Amino acid sequence: MAIDRKQAPPIVDAVNFNLQLKPYQSYTLRNGVKVYAVDAGAEDVIQLEWVFFAGNSQEEQNLVAATTNFLLRNGTSTKTAFQLNEHFEYYGAHVNRACYNETATISLHTLSKHIGELLPVVKEMITDSTMPSDELAIYQQNMKQRLKVNLKKSDFVAGRLIDVYLYGEKHPYGKYSRAEDFDALERDQLLHFYNQYYTQGRLILFVAGKLPANLIALLDTHFGDLPNQPVAVNQHPLVLAEEKKYRITNDPEGVQGSVRIARTFPNRHHPDFLKVQVLNAVFGGFFGSRLMSNIREEKGYTYGIHSFLHNHIQHSAWMVSTEAGKDVCEATIAEVYKEMKLLREELVEEDELLLVRNYLMGSILGDLDGPFQIIGRWKNVILNGLPETYFYDSINTIKSITAEELQALAQKYLREEEFYELVVV
Amino acid sequence: MIQFDRFTLTNGLRVIVHQDLSTPMAVMNIMYDVGARDEDPQQTGFAHLFEHLMFGGSVNIEDYDEPLQMAGGENNAYTTNDLTNYYITLPAENLETAFWLESDRMLSLGFSEKSLETQRKVVCEEFKEHYLTKPYGDVWHKMRELAYTVHPYRWMTIGKELAHIEEAKLEDVKHFFFKHYRPVNAVLVVAGNVTTEKVKALAEKWFGDIPSGEKYVRNLPQEPAQTAARKLEVKANVPLDAFYKTWHIGNRLDGDYHATDLMSDILSGGGSSRLYQSLVKEQKLFSNIECYHFGSTENGLLSIEGKLVKGVKMEDAEKAVMAEVEKIKTSPVSEQELQKVKNKTESMIAFEDMSVMNRANSLAYYELLGDAAWMNEELDKYAAVTVKDIRSVAGKIFREENSNTIYYLSNN
Repeated sequence: MAIDRKQAPPIVDAVNFNLQLKPYQSYTLRNGVKVYAVDAGAEDVIQLEWVFFAGNSQEEQNLVAATTNFLLRNGTSTKTAFQLNEHFEYYGAHVNRACYNETATISLHTLSKHIGELLPVVKEMITDSTMPSDELAIYQQNMKQRLKVNLKKSDFVAGRLIDVYLYGEKHPYGKYSRAEDFDALERDQLLHFYNQYYTQGRLILFVAGKLPANLIALLDTHFGDLPNQPVAVNQHPLVLAEEKKYRITNDPEGVQGSVRIARTFPNRHHPDFLKVQVLNAVFGGFFGSRLMSNIREEKGYTYGIHSFLHNHIQHSAWMVSTEAGKDVCEATIAEVYKEMKLLREELVEEDELLLVRNYLMGSILGDLDGPFQIIGRWKNVILNGLPETYFYDSINTIKSITAEELQALAQKYLREEEFYELVVV
Repeated sequence: MIQFDRFTLTNGLRVIVHQDLSTPMAVMNIMYDVGARDEDPQQTGFAHLFEHLMFGGSVNIEDYDEPLQMAGGENNAYTTNDLTNYYITLPAENLETAFWLESDRMLSLGFSEKSLETQRKVVCEEFKEHYLTKPYGDVWHKMRELAYTVHPYRWMTIGKELAHIEEAKLEDVKHFFFKHYRPVNAVLVVAGNVTTEKVKALAEKWFGDIPSGEKYVRNLPQEPAQTAARKLEVKANVPLDAFYKTWHIGNRLDGDYHATDLMSDILSGGGSSRLYQSLVKEQKLFSNIECYHFGSTENGLLSIEGKLVKGVKMEDAEKAVMAEVEKIKTSPVSEQELQKVKNKTESMIAFEDMSVMNRANSLAYYELLGDAAWMNEELDKYAAVTVKDIRSVAGKIFREENSNTIYYLSNN
């Protein structure tokens, strides 16, 4: 029998799925350090993350937090940077550091069987780092060189500037690195910051994967004796730019412009936040979004255009970002505003809304694939101080938001006059 | 050990099923045996442009993305010099949607003039974004042209120049499609929360009646062995001098592949690797240095590249790189060093295999190479590499007459 290829096979609407987020288990080490754990997965691998309240918000001078974090792997009183790296690499493990605005982390990815060999050395990084001067000097030199290369890229420059307009250049979310900031770094400052925010600082642990039975005992042995003192995250005032529109030439011979259009937005605790995530999907949040369909698929102005909410704890921003041909940047901006206007003036049709619901549900379902993704969602809830029902609140919003609500949100937030607008060529 | 079932439809489409009931999702991965190497030198960038056109509607389905999103699915694709790969993840309940969409575009594309016109522009913007506006963005165009004289690895996947993409015609698109996008030139992998029985039924139903097509027989000009070192100096508006050097290596099925891969890891696979320790940390000549190879199907390239610390002379930097290269050629690496990169590889494979999509992709890749089961032999092949093998491949590869060097100099 011939099949009718014009007829789509029946589908189960993803919006009807009953999505579950596997709960975490929590433990408390003898010093009060909380451990959040997700035991799942088939491969014998494990991910551990040590979260300290040692982010940019805590530093008194630019780059102290990031540099301290970077140098954690560059020497202890008994091991050189080379020896530290060799130890982890011998076991095929990855130890990374990352510095964010409120927090800074050490992460370890390894085959579960090697965990006993690795934890004592992570402990050394937390309690016995020496931040050697020569390591600092190499870091300063190489980071300044990397900065020079990045400053040639219009997307890098645009990313820095738009954050300054949205948050202020002194705010942790807005400040950026300059060559002179690297030059001004001193080893003593780093040691001081390290001692206060790592060795003595507040720690939370997140672990996921196929967890060995003795893991919590091991963690207690190695990390249960840290001082774990309370840290108050510093608050900084937002300073918004007055001027809304910017056109900047970074490279006179550039063939593309980096376009950023953004407005401030409240954080995840605001009642509109989850709903706006759905509106954002309609607007520019996935491949089938309005911005992508119009500006890439219809007009061909760009390889890609996206809108998203900034992932910050205190304040967020709603941003549209694209790299467009130099001569179509202004046309691109006009189209973005046109799409905002449409969302303000017309209800999203039911078909489109169902598609977005299904897409979002399907993508959450796909994203729950594996222990690292699950712990990532819990980490977000815990570090943002969100209710434990956040995941389900988010699902319910996707399932139940109406076209009228979306329009009301568009009228409230997608107002052209409230957006900063930047093109860097 | 990745389990799978395998069967072939009567039209020659190879199908692999990999079951994993721990996920609620299904993955469909279709790999076509065509890449940038199969392009006419006057029409480069075509395989990749074509990948974009695959989303512009097929003969019975005007819009590819919308029904997939409605089914809660996501998709993407990529083109390399060797192959083109399309993949979908979606809730397993809706697997048939993937069969419907993928079989219709294998049956025939919609060949819309409008889609071609738009995607030409989109790809031109992609070209600009990745290769024209980025500092050092053109270096691999130049390196490929230096290292290959006749083999089509001479050009990048994105194409030699914008003009080739701008001039693409619908007629060329049709020809390309019916030459390469046939069942006999493709591998279909279905993975995740699926059963072989169901996949078999769906494959027969949706792909079974697509005409087989002619098996594409690749007959590419082979690159003659290089007999003299080649060098090129480039001056550009970049802030730092950069050093690039490549050497020809064997193909993906060459017996030396695994030793070559581990050797590149010994030279530059992390903070305790040789090049990083010696050139960045001790001698402070480079601000970064990498050694890697492309893992290409045919004879490939191994590259060492890095940016120089301001004030360092290119000749001194190269001399220091070559001293490290000489060391690995002439003295054995330690057992511990070799064990380290083997452990790293074992760990890397375990992390990669966590994702069903990666597993599906690897199965398709190995099947295209010759046999999906090779995926499960990789670890043993790495384990078998000896200290002697490392020295032997280093000796074969690191010969000056086999090398291509680019000095990419800052003019400011």
